Amino acid sequence: MAEVIVFIIFAMVALIGGITILVAPDPVYSAIGLLAAMFSLAVMYVLLDAHLVAVIQVIIYAGAVMTLFLFVIMLIGVDTTDKYGIVAPAQRIMTTVVALGLFVAILLAGRSAWITGTNLFGTPDLNGTIENVADELFGTWTIVFLSTVLLLTIAALGTIALAYFGNEVEDEEATL
Amino acid sequence: MTVFIEAAIKVAVAFVFIMLTTLVLVWAERKWVSDLQNRIGPDRAGPFGILQTLADGLKAFFKESIRPTQSIYLLYLVAPIAALIPALLIFLVIPIGAPIEIGGTTYTLQVMDLNIGLLYVLAVSSLAVYAITLAGWSSGSKYPLLGAVRASAQMISYEAAMGLALVPVVLLTSTTSIAGIVDAQQGTFGSFIPAWNIVLIPSFIIFLIAGFAETNRPPFDLVEAESEIVGYHTEYSGFAFALFFLAEYINVFNMSALTVTLFLGGWAGPVPSFLPTWIQWLVPVFWFLLKTWAFVFLFVWVRATLPRMRYDKLMTFGWKRLIPVSLAWIILCAVAIGFREFGAPWS
Repeated sequence: MAEVIVFIIFAMVALIGGITILVAPDPVYSAIGLLAAMFSLAVMYVLLDAHLVAVIQVIIYAGAVMTLFLFVIMLIGVDTTDKYGIVAPAQRIMTTVVALGLFVAILLAGRSAWITGTNLFGTPDLNGTIENVADELFGTWTIVFLSTVLLLTIAALGTIALAYFGNEVEDEEATL
Repeated sequence: MTVFIEAAIKVAVAFVFIMLTTLVLVWAERKWVSDLQNRIGPDRAGPFGILQTLADGLKAFFKESIRPTQSIYLLYLVAPIAALIPALLIFLVIPIGAPIEIGGTTYTLQVMDLNIGLLYVLAVSSLAVYAITLAGWSSGSKYPLLGAVRASAQMISYEAAMGLALVPVVLLTSTTSIAGIVDAQQGTFGSFIPAWNIVLIPSFIIFLIAGFAETNRPPFDLVEAESEIVGYHTEYSGFAFALFFLAEYINVFNMSALTVTLFLGGWAGPVPSFLPTWIQWLVPVFWFLLKTWAFVFLFVWVRATLPRMRYDKLMTFGWKRLIPVSLAWIILCAVAIGFREFGAPWS
Protein backbone atom coordinates (compact mmCIF):
# COMPACT_ATOMS: atom_id res chain seq x y z
CA MET A 1 0.00 0.00 0.00
CA ALA A 2 2.77 2.37 0.96
CA GLU A 3 4.41 1.62 -2.37
CA VAL A 4 1.28 2.62 -4.27
CA ILE A 5 1.06 5.93 -2.41
CA VAL A 6 4.73 6.71 -3.03
CA PHE A 7 4.30 5.72 -6.67
CA ILE A 8 1.31 7.99 -7.19
CA ILE A 9 3.02 10.96 -5.53
CA PHE A 10 6.21 10.67 -7.51
CA ALA A 11 4.46 9.79 -10.77
CA MET A 12 2.59 13.07 -10.39
CA VAL A 13 5.81 14.93 -9.60
CA ALA A 14 7.40 13.41 -12.70
CA LEU A 15 4.44 14.44 -14.87
CA ILE A 16 4.35 17.97 -13.47
CA GLY A 17 8.11 18.20 -13.98
CA GLY A 18 7.74 17.04 -17.58
CA ILE A 19 5.03 19.58 -18.31
CA THR A 20 7.13 22.30 -16.65
CA ILE A 21 10.02 21.53 -19.00
CA LEU A 22 7.76 22.23 -21.98
CA VAL A 23 5.77 25.24 -20.85
CA ALA A 24 8.03 27.12 -18.43
CA PRO A 25 8.77 30.67 -19.59
CA ASP A 26 12.29 30.64 -18.20
CA PRO A 27 14.94 27.97 -19.02
CA VAL A 28 15.91 27.75 -15.34
CA TYR A 29 12.40 26.58 -14.46
CA SER A 30 12.61 24.02 -17.25
CA ALA A 31 15.88 22.78 -15.78
CA ILE A 32 14.29 22.46 -12.35
CA GLY A 33 11.34 20.62 -13.88
CA LEU A 34 13.75 18.19 -15.51
CA LEU A 35 15.48 17.75 -12.18
CA ALA A 36 12.17 16.91 -10.50
CA ALA A 37 11.35 14.40 -13.25
CA MET A 38 14.75 12.72 -12.95
CA PHE A 39 14.52 12.56 -9.19
CA SER A 40 11.05 11.00 -9.39
CA LEU A 41 12.42 8.40 -11.79
CA ALA A 42 15.09 7.57 -9.21
CA VAL A 43 12.33 7.01 -6.65
CA MET A 44 10.61 4.66 -9.14
CA TYR A 45 13.83 2.67 -9.39
CA VAL A 46 13.98 2.41 -5.60
CA LEU A 47 10.39 1.12 -5.59
CA LEU A 48 11.50 -1.55 -8.08
CA ASP A 49 14.38 -2.51 -5.72
CA ALA A 50 16.92 -1.27 -8.26
CA HIS A 51 18.84 0.77 -5.69
CA LEU A 52 22.05 0.97 -7.68
CA VAL A 53 20.29 2.29 -10.78
CA ALA A 54 18.46 4.84 -8.63
CA VAL A 55 21.66 6.12 -7.09
CA ILE A 56 23.41 6.24 -10.45
CA GLN A 57 20.44 8.17 -11.82
CA VAL A 58 20.85 10.76 -9.07
CA ILE A 59 24.66 10.96 -9.25
CA ILE A 60 24.92 11.20 -13.01
CA TYR A 61 21.74 12.93 -14.16
CA ALA A 62 20.64 14.99 -11.18
CA GLY A 63 24.13 15.56 -9.82
CA ALA A 64 26.29 16.09 -12.88
CA VAL A 65 24.27 16.62 -16.05
CA MET A 66 21.66 18.93 -14.57
CA THR A 67 24.25 20.96 -12.68
CA LEU A 68 26.02 21.45 -15.98
CA PHE A 69 22.76 22.53 -17.64
CA LEU A 70 22.00 25.06 -14.92
CA PHE A 71 25.60 26.25 -15.01
CA VAL A 72 25.45 26.82 -18.77
CA ILE A 73 22.05 28.54 -18.56
CA MET A 74 23.41 30.94 -15.96
CA LEU A 75 26.68 31.50 -17.76
CA ILE A 76 24.97 32.32 -21.05
CA GLY A 77 22.75 34.76 -19.24
CA VAL A 78 19.46 34.36 -17.51
CA ASP A 79 18.07 37.53 -18.99
CA THR A 80 18.17 36.29 -22.56
CA THR A 81 14.85 34.72 -23.40
CA ASP A 82 14.28 32.08 -26.00
CA LYS A 83 12.55 33.76 -28.93
CA TYR A 84 12.16 30.73 -31.16
CA GLY A 85 8.50 29.91 -31.66
CA ILE A 86 7.31 26.85 -33.52
CA VAL A 87 7.66 27.85 -37.16
CA ALA A 88 6.86 24.59 -38.92
CA PRO A 89 3.25 23.39 -38.45
CA ALA A 90 4.16 20.11 -40.15
CA GLN A 91 6.53 19.35 -37.29
CA ARG A 92 3.74 19.73 -34.81
CA ILE A 93 1.61 17.14 -36.60
CA MET A 94 4.52 14.77 -37.03
CA THR A 95 5.45 15.03 -33.35
CA THR A 96 1.88 14.34 -32.29
CA VAL A 97 1.71 11.24 -34.53
CA VAL A 98 5.03 9.89 -33.24
CA ALA A 99 4.06 10.55 -29.62
CA LEU A 100 0.70 8.82 -30.03
CA GLY A 101 2.38 5.91 -31.79
CA LEU A 102 4.85 5.50 -28.92
CA PHE A 103 2.02 5.71 -26.39
CA VAL A 104 0.08 2.98 -28.19
CA ALA A 105 3.22 0.87 -28.44
CA ILE A 106 3.79 1.16 -24.70
CA LEU A 107 0.15 0.26 -24.02
CA LEU A 108 0.36 -2.79 -26.28
CA ALA A 109 3.69 -3.91 -24.88
CA GLY A 110 2.59 -3.67 -21.27
CA ARG A 111 -1.10 -4.49 -21.46
CA SER A 112 -0.93 -7.87 -19.79
CA ALA A 113 1.23 -6.52 -16.98
CA TRP A 114 -1.13 -3.62 -16.34
CA ILE A 115 -4.19 -5.81 -16.24
CA THR A 116 -2.86 -8.73 -14.26
CA GLY A 117 -0.13 -6.99 -12.31
CA THR A 118 2.43 -9.65 -13.14
CA ASN A 119 6.00 -8.86 -14.01
CA LEU A 120 6.71 -9.48 -17.67
CA PHE A 121 10.37 -10.14 -17.06
CA GLY A 122 10.03 -12.59 -14.19
CA THR A 123 11.15 -11.85 -10.66
CA PRO A 124 14.90 -11.41 -10.53
CA ASP A 125 16.95 -12.18 -7.45
CA LEU A 126 17.13 -8.75 -5.92
CA ASN A 127 19.47 -9.47 -3.05
CA GLY A 128 22.32 -7.01 -3.47
CA THR A 129 21.82 -5.12 -6.68
CA ILE A 130 25.46 -4.05 -7.05
CA GLU A 131 26.59 -7.67 -7.14
CA ASN A 132 23.93 -8.53 -9.73
CA VAL A 133 24.78 -5.61 -11.97
CA ALA A 134 28.51 -6.35 -11.65
CA ASP A 135 27.94 -10.01 -12.53
CA GLU A 136 26.04 -9.02 -15.64
CA LEU A 137 28.49 -6.31 -16.71
CA PHE A 138 31.72 -8.20 -16.05
CA GLY A 139 30.41 -11.70 -16.71
CA THR A 140 27.72 -11.96 -19.36
CA TRP A 141 28.25 -8.72 -21.23
CA THR A 142 31.99 -8.07 -20.80
CA ILE A 143 32.70 -7.41 -24.48
CA VAL A 144 29.73 -5.09 -24.91
CA PHE A 145 30.60 -3.27 -21.71
CA LEU A 146 34.25 -2.81 -22.65
CA SER A 147 33.28 -1.66 -26.15
CA THR A 148 31.07 1.00 -24.60
CA VAL A 149 33.91 2.03 -22.29
CA LEU A 150 36.23 2.33 -25.28
CA LEU A 151 33.65 4.33 -27.22
CA LEU A 152 33.12 6.75 -24.34
CA THR A 153 36.87 7.17 -23.84
CA ILE A 154 37.32 7.94 -27.54
CA ALA A 155 34.44 10.42 -27.37
CA ALA A 156 35.96 12.16 -24.35
CA LEU A 157 39.38 12.33 -26.00
CA GLY A 158 37.75 13.63 -29.17
CA THR A 159 36.04 16.39 -27.21
CA ILE A 160 39.32 17.44 -25.65
CA ALA A 161 41.08 17.32 -29.02
CA LEU A 162 38.35 19.41 -30.66
CA ALA A 163 38.44 21.93 -27.86
CA TYR A 164 42.21 22.31 -27.81
CA PHE A 165 43.40 21.83 -31.38
CA GLY A 166 42.04 23.08 -34.64
CA ASN A 167 40.96 26.56 -33.58
CA GLU A 168 44.31 28.33 -33.74
CA VAL A 169 42.72 31.13 -35.73
CA GLU A 170 40.21 31.85 -32.97
CA ASP A 171 40.75 34.75 -30.63
CA GLU A 172 42.76 34.17 -27.50
CA GLU A 173 39.69 33.91 -25.29
CA ALA A 174 39.18 30.37 -26.55
CA THR A 175 42.40 29.23 -24.91
CA LEU A 176 41.51 30.56 -21.49
CA MET B 1 4.63 -1.53 11.62
CA THR B 2 7.41 -1.90 14.19
CA VAL B 3 9.86 -1.14 11.39
CA PHE B 4 8.19 2.21 10.82
CA ILE B 5 8.12 3.03 14.53
CA GLU B 6 11.80 2.10 14.90
CA ALA B 7 12.69 4.22 11.87
CA ALA B 8 10.67 7.17 13.15
CA ILE B 9 12.33 7.03 16.57
CA LYS B 10 15.77 6.79 14.99
CA VAL B 11 15.12 9.73 12.68
CA ALA B 12 13.88 11.83 15.60
CA VAL B 13 16.90 10.94 17.74
CA ALA B 14 19.28 11.59 14.85
CA PHE B 15 17.67 14.98 14.22
CA VAL B 16 17.94 16.05 17.87
CA PHE B 17 21.52 14.74 18.00
CA ILE B 18 22.65 16.63 14.92
CA MET B 19 20.94 19.85 16.03
CA LEU B 20 22.53 19.74 19.49
CA THR B 21 25.88 18.88 17.92
CA THR B 22 25.63 21.89 15.61
CA LEU B 23 24.72 24.10 18.54
CA VAL B 24 27.90 23.07 20.34
CA LEU B 25 29.92 23.04 17.13
CA VAL B 26 29.28 26.69 16.26
CA TRP B 27 30.21 27.75 19.78
CA ALA B 28 33.26 25.49 19.84
CA GLU B 29 34.48 26.86 16.54
CA ARG B 30 34.21 30.45 17.69
CA LYS B 31 35.94 29.62 20.94
CA TRP B 32 38.74 27.66 19.27
CA VAL B 33 39.33 30.28 16.62
CA SER B 34 39.43 33.01 19.24
CA ASP B 35 41.93 31.00 21.28
CA LEU B 36 44.08 30.41 18.19
CA GLN B 37 44.01 34.12 17.39
CA ASN B 38 44.64 35.36 20.94
CA ARG B 39 41.15 36.78 21.36
CA ILE B 40 38.62 36.14 24.09
CA GLY B 41 35.73 35.10 21.89
CA PRO B 42 32.13 34.73 23.04
CA ASP B 43 31.94 34.92 26.85
CA ARG B 44 28.70 36.73 27.69
CA ALA B 45 25.84 34.27 27.18
CA GLY B 46 26.03 31.55 29.81
CA PRO B 47 29.19 29.95 31.23
CA PHE B 48 32.06 30.30 28.71
CA GLY B 49 29.53 31.82 26.32
CA ILE B 50 28.09 28.39 25.54
CA LEU B 51 24.60 29.82 24.99
CA GLN B 52 25.93 32.17 22.30
CA THR B 53 24.73 29.96 19.44
CA LEU B 54 21.27 29.73 20.95
CA ALA B 55 21.14 33.50 21.27
CA ASP B 56 22.34 33.95 17.70
CA GLY B 57 19.79 31.43 16.46
CA LEU B 58 16.96 33.23 18.27
CA LYS B 59 18.16 36.55 16.91
CA ALA B 60 18.15 35.19 13.34
CA PHE B 61 14.73 33.68 13.89
CA PHE B 62 13.15 36.96 14.96
CA LYS B 63 14.94 39.14 12.45
CA GLU B 64 13.14 40.30 9.37
CA SER B 65 13.92 38.27 6.27
CA ILE B 66 14.46 40.87 3.60
CA ARG B 67 12.90 40.12 0.24
CA PRO B 68 14.99 41.60 -2.58
CA THR B 69 12.72 43.20 -5.16
CA GLN B 70 14.56 41.58 -8.07
CA SER B 71 14.43 38.10 -6.55
CA ILE B 72 12.47 35.14 -7.83
CA TYR B 73 10.80 34.69 -4.50
CA LEU B 74 9.69 31.04 -4.59
CA LEU B 75 13.15 29.75 -5.50
CA TYR B 76 14.71 32.30 -3.17
CA LEU B 77 12.81 30.65 -0.30
CA VAL B 78 13.40 27.07 -1.48
CA ALA B 79 17.19 27.45 -1.75
CA PRO B 80 18.05 27.47 2.00
CA ILE B 81 15.79 24.46 2.56
CA ALA B 82 17.48 22.69 -0.34
CA ALA B 83 20.79 23.37 1.41
CA LEU B 84 19.66 21.88 4.70
CA ILE B 85 18.00 18.69 3.41
CA PRO B 86 21.09 17.00 1.88
CA ALA B 87 23.08 17.86 5.01
CA LEU B 88 20.51 16.10 7.19
CA LEU B 89 20.13 13.16 4.77
CA ILE B 90 23.85 12.29 4.79
CA PHE B 91 23.90 11.90 8.56
CA LEU B 92 21.26 9.14 8.32
CA VAL B 93 23.71 6.53 7.01
CA ILE B 94 26.55 7.18 9.48
CA PRO B 95 26.78 4.60 12.28
CA ILE B 96 27.61 6.39 15.53
CA GLY B 97 28.15 3.25 17.62
CA ALA B 98 28.29 -0.52 17.66
CA PRO B 99 24.97 -2.39 17.28
CA ILE B 100 23.28 -2.87 20.65
CA GLU B 101 21.12 -5.74 21.83
CA ILE B 102 17.99 -5.03 23.83
CA GLY B 103 15.76 -7.95 24.80
CA GLY B 104 17.12 -10.27 22.10
CA THR B 105 16.67 -7.76 19.26
CA THR B 106 19.73 -6.09 17.73
CA TYR B 107 19.44 -2.40 17.02
CA THR B 108 22.00 -0.57 14.91
CA LEU B 109 23.01 2.93 15.97
CA GLN B 110 22.48 4.11 12.40
CA VAL B 111 19.18 5.23 10.95
CA MET B 112 19.52 3.04 7.87
CA ASP B 113 22.14 0.73 6.46
CA LEU B 114 21.88 0.81 2.68
CA ASN B 115 23.86 -1.67 0.62
CA ILE B 116 24.70 1.30 -1.58
CA GLY B 117 25.49 3.56 1.38
CA LEU B 118 28.66 5.07 -0.01
CA LEU B 119 27.04 5.87 -3.37
CA TYR B 120 24.07 7.32 -1.50
CA VAL B 121 26.44 9.72 0.26
CA LEU B 122 27.93 10.81 -3.07
CA ALA B 123 24.47 11.16 -4.64
CA VAL B 124 23.08 13.27 -1.82
CA SER B 125 26.16 15.46 -1.57
CA SER B 126 25.97 16.06 -5.32
CA LEU B 127 22.52 17.58 -4.74
CA ALA B 128 23.92 20.16 -2.31
CA VAL B 129 25.21 22.26 -5.19
CA TYR B 130 21.65 23.07 -6.32
CA ALA B 131 20.96 25.05 -3.19
CA ILE B 132 23.91 27.31 -3.87
CA THR B 133 23.18 27.66 -7.59
CA LEU B 134 19.51 28.46 -6.97
CA ALA B 135 20.30 30.86 -4.12
CA GLY B 136 22.73 32.79 -6.26
CA TRP B 137 20.45 32.91 -9.25
CA SER B 138 17.16 33.66 -7.53
CA SER B 139 18.61 36.55 -5.54
CA GLY B 140 18.45 38.63 -8.70
CA SER B 141 21.74 40.32 -7.97
CA LYS B 142 25.14 40.27 -9.64
CA TYR B 143 27.45 39.22 -6.84
CA PRO B 144 25.42 36.23 -5.64
CA LEU B 145 25.15 35.03 -9.26
CA LEU B 146 28.90 35.24 -9.76
CA GLY B 147 29.40 33.55 -6.40
CA ALA B 148 27.03 30.76 -7.36
CA VAL B 149 28.78 30.13 -10.68
CA ARG B 150 32.12 30.04 -8.86
CA ALA B 151 30.68 27.72 -6.22
CA SER B 152 29.13 25.24 -8.62
CA ALA B 153 32.39 24.95 -10.59
CA GLN B 154 34.31 24.34 -7.39
CA MET B 155 31.90 21.81 -5.94
CA ILE B 156 31.62 19.79 -9.15
CA SER B 157 35.41 19.67 -9.51
CA TYR B 158 36.08 18.50 -5.99
CA GLU B 159 33.17 16.08 -6.01
CA ALA B 160 35.00 14.18 -8.75
CA ALA B 161 38.17 14.00 -6.64
CA MET B 162 36.15 12.93 -3.60
CA GLY B 163 34.40 10.14 -5.49
CA LEU B 164 37.68 8.89 -6.92
CA ALA B 165 39.29 8.92 -3.47
CA LEU B 166 36.59 6.55 -2.24
CA VAL B 167 37.16 3.92 -4.95
CA PRO B 168 40.21 2.35 -3.20
CA VAL B 169 38.16 2.09 0.01
CA VAL B 170 35.53 0.07 -1.85
CA LEU B 171 38.23 -2.03 -3.51
CA LEU B 172 39.83 -2.81 -0.16
CA THR B 173 36.66 -3.55 1.82
CA SER B 174 34.70 -4.96 -1.16
CA THR B 175 31.44 -3.44 0.05
CA THR B 176 29.62 -0.14 -0.39
CA SER B 177 27.56 -0.47 2.76
CA ILE B 178 28.78 1.98 5.39
CA ALA B 179 28.24 -0.49 8.23
CA GLY B 180 30.08 -3.09 6.13
CA ILE B 181 33.03 -0.74 5.70
CA VAL B 182 33.20 -0.20 9.47
CA ASP B 183 32.99 -3.95 10.10
CA ALA B 184 35.80 -4.56 7.61
CA GLN B 185 38.07 -2.31 9.68
CA GLN B 186 37.58 -4.09 13.00
CA GLY B 187 40.56 -6.44 12.84
CA THR B 188 44.21 -5.72 13.56
CA PHE B 189 47.44 -5.94 11.60
CA GLY B 190 49.81 -8.10 13.64
CA SER B 191 48.39 -7.95 17.12
CA PHE B 192 47.86 -4.31 18.02
CA ILE B 193 47.83 -1.98 14.97
CA PRO B 194 44.17 -1.45 14.06
CA ALA B 195 43.31 -2.48 10.49
CA TRP B 196 41.86 0.88 9.52
CA ASN B 197 41.53 2.08 5.96
CA ILE B 198 43.95 4.90 6.74
CA VAL B 199 46.58 2.61 5.23
CA LEU B 200 45.26 4.08 1.97
CA ILE B 201 47.09 7.29 2.84
CA PRO B 202 46.74 9.07 -0.56
CA SER B 203 43.00 8.36 -0.57
CA PHE B 204 42.69 9.66 2.96
CA ILE B 205 44.51 12.90 2.17
CA ILE B 206 42.61 13.49 -1.08
CA PHE B 207 39.29 12.78 0.62
CA LEU B 208 40.12 15.20 3.40
CA ILE B 209 41.15 17.98 1.01
CA ALA B 210 38.09 17.41 -1.17
CA GLY B 211 36.00 17.40 2.00
CA PHE B 212 37.26 20.86 2.87
CA ALA B 213 36.33 22.05 -0.62
CA GLU B 214 32.93 20.32 -0.58
CA THR B 215 31.93 21.93 2.71
CA ASN B 216 33.18 25.31 1.41
CA ARG B 217 35.43 25.77 4.40
CA PRO B 218 38.72 27.67 4.42
CA PRO B 219 41.12 27.49 2.63
CA PHE B 220 38.53 26.78 -0.07
CA ASP B 221 35.80 29.18 1.06
CA LEU B 222 35.72 31.17 -2.17
CA VAL B 223 32.07 30.23 -2.28
CA GLU B 224 31.43 32.64 0.57
CA ALA B 225 34.59 34.71 0.85
CA GLU B 226 32.83 37.11 3.16
CA SER B 227 35.81 39.44 3.48
CA GLU B 228 36.23 40.47 -0.16
CA ILE B 229 34.65 38.79 -3.18
CA VAL B 230 31.28 37.99 -1.51
CA GLY B 231 29.31 34.88 -2.28
CA TYR B 232 25.99 33.31 -3.08
CA HIS B 233 24.10 34.26 0.09
CA THR B 234 24.80 37.99 0.04
CA GLU B 235 21.13 38.88 -0.26
CA TYR B 236 19.96 36.51 2.46
CA SER B 237 19.11 37.66 5.93
CA GLY B 238 17.34 36.45 9.03
CA PHE B 239 16.27 32.85 9.28
CA ALA B 240 16.96 31.98 5.64
CA PHE B 241 20.60 32.89 6.15
CA ALA B 242 20.65 30.92 9.41
CA LEU B 243 19.56 27.83 7.46
CA PHE B 244 22.56 28.13 5.12
CA PHE B 245 24.77 28.57 8.15
CA LEU B 246 23.24 25.53 9.85
CA ALA B 247 23.70 23.42 6.71
CA GLU B 248 27.37 24.36 6.51
CA TYR B 249 28.05 23.31 10.10
CA ILE B 250 26.09 20.07 9.76
CA ASN B 251 28.20 19.38 6.68
CA VAL B 252 31.38 19.96 8.66
CA PHE B 253 30.27 17.41 11.24
CA ASN B 254 29.11 14.99 8.51
CA MET B 255 32.40 15.24 6.68
CA SER B 256 34.37 14.60 9.89
CA ALA B 257 32.11 11.67 10.75
CA LEU B 258 32.48 10.24 7.23
CA THR B 259 36.27 10.54 7.35
CA VAL B 260 36.29 8.71 10.66
CA THR B 261 33.84 6.07 9.41
CA LEU B 262 35.57 5.38 6.12
CA PHE B 263 39.22 5.70 7.09
CA LEU B 264 39.57 5.50 10.87
CA GLY B 265 37.46 2.50 11.80
CA GLY B 266 34.29 4.39 12.76
CA TRP B 267 33.33 3.46 16.30
CA ALA B 268 36.17 0.95 16.67
CA GLY B 269 38.28 1.26 19.80
CA PRO B 270 39.24 -0.71 22.89
CA VAL B 271 36.23 -1.54 25.06
CA PRO B 272 37.35 -2.32 28.63
CA SER B 273 35.70 -5.44 30.00
CA PHE B 274 35.43 -4.28 33.63
CA LEU B 275 32.60 -1.88 32.84
CA PRO B 276 29.03 -2.85 33.75
CA THR B 277 27.15 -4.17 30.72
CA TRP B 278 24.57 -1.39 30.60
CA ILE B 279 27.33 1.15 29.94
CA GLN B 280 29.27 -0.97 27.43
CA TRP B 281 27.38 0.35 24.41
CA LEU B 282 28.40 3.90 25.22
CA VAL B 283 32.11 3.16 24.76
CA PRO B 284 32.00 2.81 20.93
CA VAL B 285 29.87 5.96 20.78
CA PHE B 286 32.54 7.69 22.86
CA TRP B 287 35.32 6.58 20.49
CA PHE B 288 33.31 7.69 17.47
CA LEU B 289 32.62 11.12 18.93
CA LEU B 290 36.22 11.55 20.09
CA LYS B 291 37.61 10.83 16.62
CA THR B 292 34.95 12.92 14.88
CA TRP B 293 35.54 15.94 17.11
CA ALA B 294 39.27 15.62 16.47
CA PHE B 295 38.51 16.14 12.78
CA VAL B 296 36.10 18.96 13.56
CA PHE B 297 38.97 20.60 15.41
CA LEU B 298 41.16 20.07 12.33
CA PHE B 299 38.57 21.94 10.24
CA VAL B 300 38.68 24.85 12.69
CA TRP B 301 42.45 24.75 13.02
CA VAL B 302 42.89 24.94 9.26
CA ARG B 303 40.45 27.84 9.11
CA ALA B 304 42.44 29.76 11.69
CA THR B 305 45.77 28.98 10.03
CA LEU B 306 45.62 28.94 6.23
CA PRO B 307 44.78 31.86 3.93
CA ARG B 308 42.20 31.48 1.19
CA MET B 309 43.41 30.03 -2.11
CA ARG B 310 43.28 31.98 -5.33
CA TYR B 311 40.52 30.73 -7.62
CA ASP B 312 42.66 29.61 -10.57
CA LYS B 313 45.02 27.80 -8.16
CA LEU B 314 42.03 26.05 -6.62
CA MET B 315 40.86 24.76 -9.99
CA THR B 316 44.37 23.79 -11.10
CA PHE B 317 44.90 21.94 -7.83
CA GLY B 318 41.65 20.05 -8.18
CA TRP B 319 41.85 19.05 -11.83
CA LYS B 320 45.58 18.79 -12.46
CA ARG B 321 46.81 17.44 -9.12
CA LEU B 322 44.12 15.68 -7.11
CA ILE B 323 42.30 13.88 -9.93
CA PRO B 324 45.38 12.48 -11.75
CA VAL B 325 46.89 11.39 -8.43
CA SER B 326 43.68 9.64 -7.40
CA LEU B 327 43.42 7.92 -10.79
CA ALA B 328 47.00 6.65 -10.54
CA TRP B 329 46.40 5.54 -6.96
CA ILE B 330 43.24 3.65 -7.98
CA ILE B 331 45.21 1.72 -10.63
CA LEU B 332 47.98 0.96 -8.12
CA CYS B 333 45.45 -0.25 -5.54
CA ALA B 334 43.57 -2.32 -8.09
CA VAL B 335 46.80 -4.03 -9.20
CA ALA B 336 47.92 -4.66 -5.61
CA ILE B 337 44.54 -6.07 -4.57
CA GLY B 338 44.45 -8.13 -7.77
CA PHE B 339 47.81 -9.67 -6.82
CA ARG B 340 46.56 -10.43 -3.31
CA GLU B 341 43.30 -11.99 -4.48
CA PHE B 342 44.41 -13.89 -7.58
CA GLY B 343 48.20 -14.18 -7.25
CA ALA B 344 50.78 -12.95 -9.70
CA PRO B 345 49.82 -13.58 -13.35
CA TRP B 346 53.22 -15.09 -14.16
CA SER B 347 53.27 -17.63 -11.33
